[in-house]
Amino acid sequence: MNEAAVRLTGVSKKFGELWANRNVTLDIQQKSIHAIVGENGAGKSTLTRMIYGLLSPTSGSIAIKGKAVRFNSPSQAIAMGIGMVHQHFMLIPELTVTENIMLGDERGRLLASLKKTDASRKIRAFADSHALAVDPDAYVSDLSVGEEQRVEILKLLYREADILILDEPTAVLTPSETEQLFATLKSLQLKGKTIILITHKLDEVLSISDTVSVMRKGEIVATKTTASVTKSDLARMMVGRNVLLRIEHPLETPGKCVLKVSHLSVTDRKGVGRINDLSFEVRAGEIYGIAGVEGNGQRELLDLLWGMGEQQYRTSGSITLDGTSLRGMNPAEIASSGVSFIPEDRLKHAVITGFSIEENIILGRHREKRFLRFAGFDEAGVREYTKSMIDRYDVRCDLRSNPPLGSLSGGNQQKIVLAREIDRPDLKMLILAQPTRGVDIGAIEMIHKKIIEIRDKGIAVFLVSTELDELISLSTRIGCLYKGSIRHEFSSEEIRKGRSAELDFEKEIGMFIT
Amino acid sequence: MRNRFLKLAIPLFAVAGALLVSALLIMVTGRDPLIIYQKMLSMTFGSDYGTGQIVFRTTSLILTGLAVAIPFKVKLFNIGGEGQVLAGALAAAVVGIVLPPQTPPFAAIFICSLSAMMAGSSAALLAGWLKVRFGVNEVISTIMLNFIIQAFAGYLLTWHLALPSTVHTPEIIHAARIPMFDSVIGIWHKSPANFSTFFALAACLAMWIMVFKTTTGYEMRAASMQPDAAVYAGINTDAHIIRAMGIGGAMAGLASVNLVLGYKHFFEAGLTSGIGFMGIAVALLAFAHPFWIIASALLFGFLEYGGLSVNAYVPKDIFMMVQAVTILMILVLTKIFRRSA
Repeated sequence: MNEAAVRLTGVSKKFGELWANRNVTLDIQQKSIHAIVGENGAGKSTLTRMIYGLLSPTSGSIAIKGKAVRFNSPSQAIAMGIGMVHQHFMLIPELTVTENIMLGDERGRLLASLKKTDASRKIRAFADSHALAVDPDAYVSDLSVGEEQRVEILKLLYREADILILDEPTAVLTPSETEQLFATLKSLQLKGKTIILITHKLDEVLSISDTVSVMRKGEIVATKTTASVTKSDLARMMVGRNVLLRIEHPLETPGKCVLKVSHLSVTDRKGVGRINDLSFEVRAGEIYGIAGVEGNGQRELLDLLWGMGEQQYRTSGSITLDGTSLRGMNPAEIASSGVSFIPEDRLKHAVITGFSIEENIILGRHREKRFLRFAGFDEAGVREYTKSMIDRYDVRCDLRSNPPLGSLSGGNQQKIVLAREIDRPDLKMLILAQPTRGVDIGAIEMIHKKIIEIRDKGIAVFLVSTELDELISLSTRIGCLYKGSIRHEFSSEEIRKGRSAELDFEKEIGMFIT
Repeated sequence: MRNRFLKLAIPLFAVAGALLVSALLIMVTGRDPLIIYQKMLSMTFGSDYGTGQIVFRTTSLILTGLAVAIPFKVKLFNIGGEGQVLAGALAAAVVGIVLPPQTPPFAAIFICSLSAMMAGSSAALLAGWLKVRFGVNEVISTIMLNFIIQAFAGYLLTWHLALPSTVHTPEIIHAARIPMFDSVIGIWHKSPANFSTFFALAACLAMWIMVFKTTTGYEMRAASMQPDAAVYAGINTDAHIIRAMGIGGAMAGLASVNLVLGYKHFFEAGLTSGIGFMGIAVALLAFAHPFWIIASALLFGFLEYGGLSVNAYVPKDIFMMVQAVTILMILVLTKIFRRSA
C-alpha cells in the first residue's frame, strides 16, 4: 500500500474557547474518493481549510504523501499538488475561461506577453479528456453555474493538482449536471487523482465515494468504506441519535384558493423574459412546491410576491391574495395582509446578524401593537415573547448573555426566523424559499414538522426549493418551473405514489425542469 | 464584553498616540512638550475664561458631531456640516434681524432656532433626496453643497446684508439673544459660553432616545447594518436616508444658534470657522454614539482652544495635526482590532 495522500494525526483547531476540530486522525488514501459528511458546524470546513493551508492547526500534524508539512498559506499547499473548489466560485466574470484559469499562475515575468493560445489549447485537451465541456475562449459571465464549476476544476488540473478538495460541489447543480460532475470525478480518479468531497447530501455520498468519514462536533466519529453503510446509519452517526429522514405526512385537506397567479409575465431591465405566462394557485391547507433549477424565474417570482419586483422588472398579469391584488403593495403592506416570507439567503435577507435575538424576533413585525409602548418598544413584553418562542421552537442559546444573532448556528437562526414568520398574527400564506439550506439534519426534521403543522392549520404554503427530496416529502402538489412557466404539475395522487419510489420520481421531476 | 472594552480602548489609544506625535512635533520646534502641555492646561481648564471658551466650542462641536453621527447610523457620510451650519447661521441672523423687537424672548429664540434648524436641514435633505432619487453619492453632493452655500452666503452678505464697510450684518433683536452664563450666573467670566449648551445636551439625549429606544431608531439601525434585510422586513430604507439626513442637517443648523444667538448676535464672514468639518472627527472618535459625542466634542474643543492659547510658543497648527492624527489612528486601530477579533 502506498503512503496516504493526506494523513492527519491528532489535528486540533481551537478558535477562542471553541474547538472547531479536536484530535482528528484520518488517512485519505491515494486515488480514492473520500467523502466527509457532517452537520453544519461539525468542523468539515475547518478541516479542509487546514489541509489547504488557509488555517494552521493548533496542534497535531499533517502529512501529504508521506511528507510532513506545515502550511502557512494556500500557495504552499498548491505547490504540493492540493487544489480546492470552494462553494462560492472564485472567478472573474469579465475575463475568459482561459484568462481565469491562468490567473495567479501566468508563468511569465511581469510585462512578458501571455501565452494565451498555448494555455487555451492545453485547457481544451484537459476538458476533452475529462468530460469537462467548456469553451476556453468563452467569457465566464456567459457560463452556467455548472460550467463555472468545471472551470474551477480545470483550474486545478491546469495547476497539476492531484489532491482535489470539493466543498459542497452539488449544492448549485441540477440533477443532470450532478451526474455529469460525478462522471468527471470518476474519470479523474481513474487518472490517479485523489478526491476529497465535502457534502451533507447522503445520497451522493453513497453513490460516488469509496470511503466516508462522519464528523460530529469537531471530531471524526467514524470512517467506513461506503459499501458497508446505509443512509440511516450515516444520519444517525451525524446527529448522534435516530433521525426521521421521512416525516409523517397525514393526508391534507386543501380548502379555498388563497394565492392566485395568473398570466404573469416578467421582463428584466435588459429586456430578457424571466417569467412567461405563468399561472398557478395555492389553496389553503396545502403545500405547493416549485421545483426548478435556479435561474428559471424563481427569484423574479419571489420578488414579485414580496412586493419588491415592480421597480426592477416590467410585469404583466395578476397576483391576488384572497382576491386582493398584491401588485403595487410594498413588503410591509403584503406582510400586514397576512403573508410571511422566509427568503433563501438567511444571513443576508432574513436576519440582522448584529442585532440581538430579541431584536431579530420582531424584525418585520416591529410595528405590531403588542410590541410597542409610546414611541418605543415594550421591552419587557418583547423579552417575554422571545422567551416563549425560544422554548416552543427549541432554539439553543443563552438568552441571559444576550448574544448577537450571528453567533448562533445556522439551524438555530433558521428556527428563530421560522418562529417569527409562522407566529405572525392572522397568517394566511407562508412563502418559503430553500427553507433548509445550510441547516443541519436535526433542525431540518423540526422545520419540516412545523411546515406540515401549519399546513394542517389551514395556511397556504408556497415552497420553492432546489432539493427534490424536500419537495417530494412535503408538497401536496409540485409545479415544475422551467424558463419562467410551469411545464408540468404533479397532482397529490402522483406525489403520494412517487414517494414510494423516490429515486425514479426524482428523475421524472428532473426531466421537467431541465 | 470584549467589544465594549475595545470601544473604550481604541479612542484612548488614539488620543494618547496623537498626543505623543504632537509631543515630538513640539520638540522639533525646540520647545519642551511637557511645559507646553502644562501651559495649555493652565490656560484652559485651569482658568475661568479658558473653561468657558472650551464649553462654548464644545457646544458647537456636539451639534456638528451629531450632524455627522445621525446620518452615519444609516451608513451615510454627511460631509456637509460646514455648509449646513452656515445656512443655519444665515437663517438665524436674518430672522433675528427682521423679527419685531417686541417679540417675547422665548418666542424669538424659538423662532430663530427653528429657522436655523430648517435651513440646515433643507441643505442636507437636498443631498438625501439626490441620493435616493438619482443615486448621487452623498459625500460628493454634500461637499458641492458646501461650496454652493458658502458662495451664496458670501454673495448675500456682501451685496445685500452687510452693514456698509463691514463684513457683518446688523445685530439681531435683543429678545432673540441667548444669555451668556457670565451674565446670568456669573461663571466663566467674559467667555462666550451661553445657555445654548443646554440645547446641545438636550439634543444628545433626544438623539440617544431616538436611535436606541424608538421604532424609528430600530429601523434605522437595521437599515444601516443590513440594508437588504431591512428591505425584506418591510422597512423603507429610502425614507430613513432622507430622514437621517434631515435630522443631521437640523443638528448642524442648531449649532449655528450657539454662534449667532449666543455669541456674535450677527452673521459675519468666516463665522463658522470649520466647526462643521470638525464635527466629522468628533463623530468618528465617538463611534457616532450620541453620548460619547459629548466627551469627544470636549476633547476637540480643548485641543482647539488649547492650541490657540499656546500659539505664542508653538504654532497652533500642531494641534490641528493632533486632531487629524487622532482620527487616522482611530480608523487604523479599529481595522486592526476588527481583524484580530
